[in-house]
Amino acid sequence: MLSPKGLRQRSDLLQAIRSFFLERDYIEVDTPLRLPVLIPEAHLIPFASEDCLLHTSPELCMKRLLARGCDRIFQICHCFRKEERGRLHQTEFAMLEWYHKGWDYFDLMRQCEELIGTLTRMVSGFAGIADDNRLCRGDRRVTLTPPWERLPVAEAFRRHAGISAAEALRAGSFDEVLVTGVEPNLGWDRPTFLYDYPVELGSLARRNQQNPAVAERFELYIAGVEVANGFSELIDPLEQRQRFLREIEAVQRAGRTAGMPEKLLAELDLIGETAGIALGLDRLCMLLMGQTDIALATPFIFEEL
Amino acid sequence: MYTASDLRKGLKIQIDGEPYIVTEFDFSKPGKGQALYRTKMRNMITGVQFTQTYRSNDKFDRPNLEERTMQFLYAQDNEYHFMDTSSYEQIFLTGEQLGDNLNFLIDNMEVEVLFFGDRPIDITLPTFVNLEVTVADPWAKGDTSGSDTKPVTVQTGFQLQVPPFVEQGDKIQIDTRTGTYITRVKE
Repeated sequence: MLSPKGLRQRSDLLQAIRSFFLERDYIEVDTPLRLPVLIPEAHLIPFASEDCLLHTSPELCMKRLLARGCDRIFQICHCFRKEERGRLHQTEFAMLEWYHKGWDYFDLMRQCEELIGTLTRMVSGFAGIADDNRLCRGDRRVTLTPPWERLPVAEAFRRHAGISAAEALRAGSFDEVLVTGVEPNLGWDRPTFLYDYPVELGSLARRNQQNPAVAERFELYIAGVEVANGFSELIDPLEQRQRFLREIEAVQRAGRTAGMPEKLLAELDLIGETAGIALGLDRLCMLLMGQTDIALATPFIFEEL
Repeated sequence: MYTASDLRKGLKIQIDGEPYIVTEFDFSKPGKGQALYRTKMRNMITGVQFTQTYRSNDKFDRPNLEERTMQFLYAQDNEYHFMDTSSYEQIFLTGEQLGDNLNFLIDNMEVEVLFFGDRPIDITLPTFVNLEVTVADPWAKGDTSGSDTKPVTVQTGFQLQVPPFVEQGDKIQIDTRTGTYITRVKE
């Protein structure tokens, strides 16, 4: 629940984001929230809306706009994911998603540094930002001056967990080790880009050519909080169909159903080399405001309705 | 049956045939990863605590828990006997099971007894109880020492801080959740 003052700050943040992208020649798009078929993802549970589904992210429609010829697009919208509730999760939440043709995931990391640095300068008075442009988290200070840390997943597991990423993946404990052992340590001196995920965990990301076991995917962590997820987009329709099939099988094993986004697959080879990223706007707002619960950085959470 | 998505602080579930209450709960979900329900629980019979992480497809039985209003009759050899005043059925709990409830339990008091199946495991006291003060220093009128409270002992042996005007033989109302003085009661 935000006070009028907090709502003003959140509004300033939204306007600053729009300025950032419009100045860099992006088109702001507003795609439908209610779709007949979604991108199948094993661990996302969509809400039904009559015979359609509420989107869990705007990725499908935004990629179709890239196929239509857009080079740079961004969107600020709400997304819906069933059963997600907690300090950092709400079933409805605000997302900032953007795509840039001709880029790869390292280009996007640099742009994240620039974006968040710009936002903290453009919007004044955030309780979570000290005068020296460092982020305050309890007693600790996170330096926002680039370059931020770039840490491969394999190295992060070596450093922080008692098990390698590959072993954890085989044992089915990758997510648990990541959440309990790795994530809490990331992004405290400077924000951290955790990158090069096992290819099984990046169903929409391109395989790395040098190391085909990893996908060109990254997550941005600030003070232990996961803020954004980006990739070099997978644009090969055949490989994408195979990966979607695996996701659909995982969805079915969990007793649910998911369809194949045929129109996206039919247009995928028109996209060209592209990098795309989704950023949790409520979490970013929470960090900038110096809060520890997204409920304190959003106008309403579901329980307040 | 409950599923992991029902987990929240205060939920009571059954694991390996015993009832547990969730005392701490945290939801986490790494990007593109699976939902993890990190949970701390207390065994409602033994009091033993443990932590466990559950996933979306984990399921739990509902424990067969039932509360019945019963009257406290008497204590003997660390057994505290209660009676259902409509069926006259009698049961007992041990002093260990009652724990801090003993600070406020007096003869004939009506309490809610929690049963797991047909086994009594806990009681819930009335929120407010009236107890007699058995030991209190007299109030020296005109005392200017500035002390706002003084310690007294009530009939159960429990000690608490009360305003200086409370005297031996008074009845006082106590909040059983916090063990604090509420008011003096005229009877």
